Amino acid sequence: MADWRGERKARDARIEAGRAHARGKVVPADAAVALLEAVLKPGDRVCLEGDNQKQADCLARALSQCDPAKVNGLHMVQSGIVLPEHLDVFETGIAERLDYSYSGPQGARVAKMLYGGQIKLGAVHTYLELFARYFIDLTPHVALIAGVSADREGNLYTGPNTEDTPTIVEATHFKNGVVIAQVNEIVDKVPRVDIPGDRVDFVVEADTPFFVEPLFTRDPAAMTETQILIAMMAIKGIYAEYGVRRLNHGIGFGTAAIELLLPTYGEKLGLKGEIATHFALNPHPTLIPAIESGWVKQVHCFGSEVGMDRYIRERSDVFFTGADGSLRSNRALCQTAGLYACDMFIGATLQIDLMGHSSTVTQSRVAGFGGAPNMGSDPHGRRHPSDAWMKAGREAQVVGDPALMRGRKLVVQLVETFGDKLVPTFVERLDAMELAKKIGLELAPVMIYADDVTHIVTEEGIANLLLCRDADDREQAIRGVAGYTEIGRGRDRAKVEELRARGIIRRPEDLGIEPLDADRSLLAARSIKDLVHWSGGLYEPPAKFRNW
Amino acid sequence: MESLTFRHTTQKPLPGTRAQAITGVVASGNLEILLERVLPPDAFEIAIETPIAGYGPVWEAVVADFVARAQPGGVRISINDGGARPDTVSLRLLQGARLLEA
Repeated sequence: MADWRGERKARDARIEAGRAHARGKVVPADAAVALLEAVLKPGDRVCLEGDNQKQADCLARALSQCDPAKVNGLHMVQSGIVLPEHLDVFETGIAERLDYSYSGPQGARVAKMLYGGQIKLGAVHTYLELFARYFIDLTPHVALIAGVSADREGNLYTGPNTEDTPTIVEATHFKNGVVIAQVNEIVDKVPRVDIPGDRVDFVVEADTPFFVEPLFTRDPAAMTETQILIAMMAIKGIYAEYGVRRLNHGIGFGTAAIELLLPTYGEKLGLKGEIATHFALNPHPTLIPAIESGWVKQVHCFGSEVGMDRYIRERSDVFFTGADGSLRSNRALCQTAGLYACDMFIGATLQIDLMGHSSTVTQSRVAGFGGAPNMGSDPHGRRHPSDAWMKAGREAQVVGDPALMRGRKLVVQLVETFGDKLVPTFVERLDAMELAKKIGLELAPVMIYADDVTHIVTEEGIANLLLCRDADDREQAIRGVAGYTEIGRGRDRAKVEELRARGIIRRPEDLGIEPLDADRSLLAARSIKDLVHWSGGLYEPPAKFRNW
Repeated sequence: MESLTFRHTTQKPLPGTRAQAITGVVASGNLEILLERVLPPDAFEIAIETPIAGYGPVWEAVVADFVARAQPGGVRISINDGGARPDTVSLRLLQGARLLEA
């Protein structure tokens, strides 16, 4: 007779084996290696929580110290490859296969190990896509997660950086998996229950608080006139033009400049309440002046940001907070919000080709894209109208009955024509294609496909790709804003002037913007210290951003 | 270090009477520009010292666009470039011309 409860029995056996190293559910940090060796089986699918921000670093160290004779051939399924230990386990044979989303700081090493055959790669997903697969064919046998505190029953407080945890636990616990959490401290009563204790099998009291990096802090002092000019064009030529209220911002300096121009330049244009009122966004410190000036009504967050906790607590009308007062973030739900409930995604990239495909992958780095491909795509499942969405839909070529027209999400690339060290942003061919060939990827790592991009904004102007009617329009529209790059200098000048007459290309002067007005005095805050002042002293910047 | 010089004939002199101006800063990714009104009213010359070789055609295009836009007749410009991007160069040139016009 078939055993329909085999997985449950196997889980019970794993937990039983782990109990030898625990008192109740609590495991001391120095027993973490023994716990993992008892619970893990060769070939297991394991989620070692590596989020965009917080890292289960104590458990990562423990996993990398396991005996490869006992723990080997693991299939790692986690959104972030961030810590050295995340890759060390592939060098020792503890892990063998990898499915992930983002590997910012480890991008170069990932590329090297893929090329050397040490990692068998499934795919580089978007966050939402990887989370989806947790519930279909990449369900973890064991999840190693991170929380702020736990009680002895295993109730977890994941706090402001809740991020991926609820999704990982949902998939693991409810499909016969084992959940092991590291926490900064064991307490009698957690501030709020983010994860109910019956879903957590073991709690490891970590030797140090979990690692979290300030990834979303942009110092206004480093903002250039070019970035300010681009921001002015975006506000006047796109935000105002389409009346964009619901949106997601990328993490670059361009969108940070926009945030700092809302209370100054945006105010002067009379746009308050008309644009940028509802965000799917991490709590960017540069958003503080816009919040304090009453521009921003609501922000839902993927994760938190170091130093913003006190400010968020005091602004619960704007942010999502728990009964304890602290931020509740949730990456899966915020990604869904960014996909379906926002009219615009606006962010930067490293390379754009002549069709408008873009990628942040270069020849030596496989960084992954996190959420950008998801938020920077037109969701065909959307069924609610908005003015911005419908206007973009009308601008795109309507084929067939106009009554059956649907809207379009605005997907805007905000780039300077040259990047660091005079590397051109505009290229004939993406490095991503070369890399895919070199390491044998079936799918080239494209961040945003050309057919999803609606606008490209550079210091030279705005290219509206929705209004392009053929491939030549499109190529010359892109060349026409590509500045002094080789792509830009290779433009057909007459065609570019024709596109300008048709409103496909708009120069600063076409928008009534004088480039020499793009001055740092327009920024609502010109330093991190200014941001602290705007917040009434509630924002507490991390040490590396303090220079006073 | 690469030295580049470009000369243009302009249709008119740059307005204003100020004889000299300096703008920008000597820093990585930035540049310093010295503008002097010392040439005949229909002549323009620019001398560039740059640490990054091989960008001659880019400089040429940036300067040609500046001349077409600002008509800086009578002006000689010296640039001490710290590896600035073309958009920054463009902006500093226009800022310099505006200073000289004042």
